[in-house]
Amino acid sequence: MNTAAGAPLPDRGRTATSLPDAPDDVVIQIQGVSRVYRMGESEVRALNDVSLTIRRGDFVAIMGPSGSGKSTMLNVLGCLDTPTTGTYRIDGQAVESLSEDQLAEVRQRKIGFVFQSYHLVGRMTAARNVELPLILAGEDPRTRRDKVRTALEQVGLGERMDHRPDQLSGGERQRVAIARAIVMRPSILLADEPTGNLDTRSGSEIVALLEALHRDGLTLVLVTHDPRVAEHAHRVLAMRDGRIETDTRSQP
Amino acid sequence: MRRRDLIGIALETLRLHRLRTTLTLTAIAIGVTSVLLLTALGEAAKGFVIQEFANLGSNLVIVLPGSTETSGMPTFGGTTRNLTVEDAEAAVRRASAVRRGAPLAVGSATMEFEGRTRDIMVAGTTAELLEVRNLRLALGQFLPVGDPRHGDRVVVVGQTVQRELFEGKNPLGKAVRIGEWRFRVIGVYAPKGRSLGIDWDDAVLVPVATGMRMFNLTSLFRVMLEARDAESVPAAIAQVRQIVRERHDGDEDFTIISQDAMLGTFSTIIDSLTAFLAGIAAVSLAVAGIGIMNVMLVSVSERTREIGLLKALGGRRRQILDLFLVEAVMLSGSGAVAGTLLGVLVIGIAAAIWPEFPLRPGAAWIATVVILSLAAGIGFGLMPARSAARLDVVEALRGKR
Repeated sequence: MNTAAGAPLPDRGRTATSLPDAPDDVVIQIQGVSRVYRMGESEVRALNDVSLTIRRGDFVAIMGPSGSGKSTMLNVLGCLDTPTTGTYRIDGQAVESLSEDQLAEVRQRKIGFVFQSYHLVGRMTAARNVELPLILAGEDPRTRRDKVRTALEQVGLGERMDHRPDQLSGGERQRVAIARAIVMRPSILLADEPTGNLDTRSGSEIVALLEALHRDGLTLVLVTHDPRVAEHAHRVLAMRDGRIETDTRSQP
Repeated sequence: MRRRDLIGIALETLRLHRLRTTLTLTAIAIGVTSVLLLTALGEAAKGFVIQEFANLGSNLVIVLPGSTETSGMPTFGGTTRNLTVEDAEAAVRRASAVRRGAPLAVGSATMEFEGRTRDIMVAGTTAELLEVRNLRLALGQFLPVGDPRHGDRVVVVGQTVQRELFEGKNPLGKAVRIGEWRFRVIGVYAPKGRSLGIDWDDAVLVPVATGMRMFNLTSLFRVMLEARDAESVPAAIAQVRQIVRERHDGDEDFTIISQDAMLGTFSTIIDSLTAFLAGIAAVSLAVAGIGIMNVMLVSVSERTREIGLLKALGGRRRQILDLFLVEAVMLSGSGAVAGTLLGVLVIGIAAAIWPEFPLRPGAAWIATVVILSLAAGIGFGLMPARSAARLDVVEALRGKR
């Protein structure tokens, strides 16, 4: 914990539940988090006593060699995985003790995911893929359609709504995945090597799109191998052996 | 998640794997169809028997010589007495619940006409048999009304006899020989078919006294009695039992059965046979259920990454479970519908081919089999659906189970 909290915002929505060291512009706060996997006889410490605070509107890149724990970090941040020890607050809400379904609800409302391999459902059109989170949330079909259109237009695919993934290029597929990630209007977008499967040109288009979403207020955390992707971030975490080795901020 | 969306997503998946879906669906449909066919056959057999019994006459009470009680020792007072024409007369005259009755003495003999011969059944009876047995005359007249102890040498012949022995020509007034006896044909009765193991069309009817003399009979084969109505059948049985027992010095050396009792026995036998057949057919439904389970297990393992994705997007365990259960139930449900349609169609065709056999699809059986296959869908879909719902998000996203 350093003093980078900056000037406190005008007294807006500071509720009784938010602790003094978790001002309400802090979206993600993990403290002393470890994640231990048991592989037969041996233990693998994928995260080793990590603490991290991410503020609203941050753009964070996590880098590191494979096996450094960056994917585990992203899974924990995205409430896909729960820490073995340590605490995790997301928007001030403690999540380490939540049940599986409660975690699902947190993911549904607060977090958008973008995966390296897109994870689109092959038999469904782009629009249907984007609709999935809304369907799972039980949203009314009439309002769904508008939200899907808006999200697809936001990623520049308004014209390709009815195409199936196999009729789209890699870059377009990742755009569909991004539209799906933002359709529920989450506050955090987590991207796991979003350009990993793309050529340079499509990759930089995706990065530009993510930057644009970040400019619109989304908190962005992405894992990448590519330094050219990472240099767009305002903050780069370098991980090694389950620890954050360096935490570098660049001036925006 | 809304119900419509659940069904929509399940439909999308089923449509994607058209062949797999069709095969599973066919397996269920065959199970459903076979249950429907076998039960319809059972019901039809029952209907057929009931029809046969109705043919026999209505509200019949039948007296047979001999007791059904089996005891090692002869009962006090002696031997089984004969069932006589006088017993029959007394039963009809004295039992108020009996409307009418006819004795029946049976033997077989060779009948001869213009050099052609035929072995036939000869039934000695009275004019009342016409009413009691619901016989109809085709030609001429029936046995003469009068003293049953007095027998003329007249005969009423059945359809087969007319066709075979008289080559279908009018036999009225013709002289025939039955065994050593000469008879005159006075009538032909309409087709009656088989009942109780006797082919009535290949038989002739003669006055009971004549029949008993021909075959040297001392006892009747049966006494057929008709109760006044369905309600008076028990009273008729009781009255006849008492009357005949009195005449037999208090011994119940005869047996009384009612049409209802026989019918009841047959119905019970056929019902259990039908249930047995349905049970066998239901085995094929169970096999089809295992087919559903197999398809669902394949579906879950193929869609591991999709399940991971749905969970990452906020899908709850229950939603994943529902998604796969709905798919299984839709498979079994549409199989049940297809099977029902096929079954009804086949039964309809069979009924058109054999109109005399009362084949009809049973509504109760349709309901049972549809409910059964839906239950199979849920039952056999539950395990795969649960394993899907329990997948770990991170592992599933990587495609690992």
